[in-house]
Amino acid sequence: MISFQHVTKIYPRNTVAVEDVSFDVKEKEFVSIVGKSGAGKTTLLKLLLAEERPTQGKIFFDGRNINEIKPGKFPNFRREIGAVFQDYKLLPFKTTYENVAYALEVIGASDREIARDVPKVLEIVGLTEKANNFPQELSGGEKQRAAIARALIHRPEVILADEPTGNLDPYHSLDIIRLLLKIQEMGTTVILATHNREIINSLEKRVITLENGKVIRDEKKGRFIL
Amino acid sequence: MATVFILLLTIALATSLFLFRGFSQFLLSSVEEKADISVYFKEEISESDIFEFREKLSKVPEVRELRYISQEMALIDFTEKHKDNPVLMASLTEVGRNPFLASLNIMASEPGQYQAIADFLGGSDFTDLIEKVDYYQRKSVIERIFSLTSTINRSFLFLSIILALVAILITFNTIRLAIYNSREEIKIQRLVGASSWFIRGPFLVQGALAGILAALICLLISSLIIWGLSSKVETFFTDLDIFQFFITNFWQIILIQFATGILLGVISSFLATRRYLKL
Repeated sequence: MISFQHVTKIYPRNTVAVEDVSFDVKEKEFVSIVGKSGAGKTTLLKLLLAEERPTQGKIFFDGRNINEIKPGKFPNFRREIGAVFQDYKLLPFKTTYENVAYALEVIGASDREIARDVPKVLEIVGLTEKANNFPQELSGGEKQRAAIARALIHRPEVILADEPTGNLDPYHSLDIIRLLLKIQEMGTTVILATHNREIINSLEKRVITLENGKVIRDEKKGRFIL
Repeated sequence: MATVFILLLTIALATSLFLFRGFSQFLLSSVEEKADISVYFKEEISESDIFEFREKLSKVPEVRELRYISQEMALIDFTEKHKDNPVLMASLTEVGRNPFLASLNIMASEPGQYQAIADFLGGSDFTDLIEKVDYYQRKSVIERIFSLTSTINRSFLFLSIILALVAILITFNTIRLAIYNSREEIKIQRLVGASSWFIRGPFLVQGALAGILAALICLLISSLIIWGLSSKVETFFTDLDIFQFFITNFWQIILIQFATGILLGVISSFLATRRYLKL
């Protein structure tokens, strides 16, 4: 489903973010990408979201070369990928419901579609009770759930989670990981970038380890070893 | 605020340019309408020679009207006109004889035909009869007004272009700031797959709204100024009613003002979103 083929990304001033990275991700797979800060985890996700272009190599998504997607087609492409970040990226002046609905509004969905889909997604992430709360009235874990709900609303084929537990305590971190596992079980591919050792070790899922921009380990039931 | 102000100045200048063009056309046509050619005959020329000349001249197709003013008529006209001026009257008495020349006043069918008539006069067999032709003096007045108005027109145009550029720069900067202030929201919009026009739209509307607001203010101010100036201008140019001109061309003026404002606003916003929105 996703294929990185000898991908290298060099930023200006010769900063090598990732170097000759190759790996494939199958449909409905749960893959963790681990590494220290600056190892290139976020760059990999940005390349996949077409926010950055690789200096060398090719990235395929569902058989399409991402580098060849025209800028005008980026919005459509991004609707196929749900992204979740450490800082949640919720709009502070919109309620949980409105934040999720906003993702549908920007693509011109009808009010009926919004009223039909948003409550369902909020139920999946367990936020039905908090639908009318603003982000500042939610805990860190709830904010991240709201962000995941928004990422799910387009029914994406893949969810990219960049340090989703970075701002959360161990209890809420586990909560979010359980939710991501549930999403994967429901049929969505999940790519999780993190440097949370306990989570990785408890998951017993595939782990790709990055160091200085290179893949140094790719194990089916990996552990966090650095 | 600065954006609206600079847009307002630009629109005001564009409006002035339009009004001034109307005004200068009026001025030129009124001078041209009043134009004529006066042929003054030498003192010793007899009236029968003059009538013969008039007969020939009346056959020139460009000539619409011919009016003969004899020496006596010229004297009567002068004394009638200046009877209240003792100095002029005294100098006339001092001369002791009728100093005026008989003349033919020629009106052409159209203002552009005077040159053809002047050429006819210059090339005719009657140059011996003619003391002087005073068309050339008027011609220079017309040319001077024309060159003055076209210089003013060019200056207005030049200033308008400079101001339009400044307005684009300032609006561009305002939109750049607005984009910077909305950077988090823009990131989220991109994240959830908003189309580029969905993200760009609000900034283009913001530019257009600044243009519309500036145009509205300009329309209000220009209406008040024209209304206030109308009576004052009429004391200088009796036939020129600038308020009437404003009313007659009201829709055209509105179109100029709104088109200038909206175009400048939208163009600057579009440039700013192209430069600063990473989509």
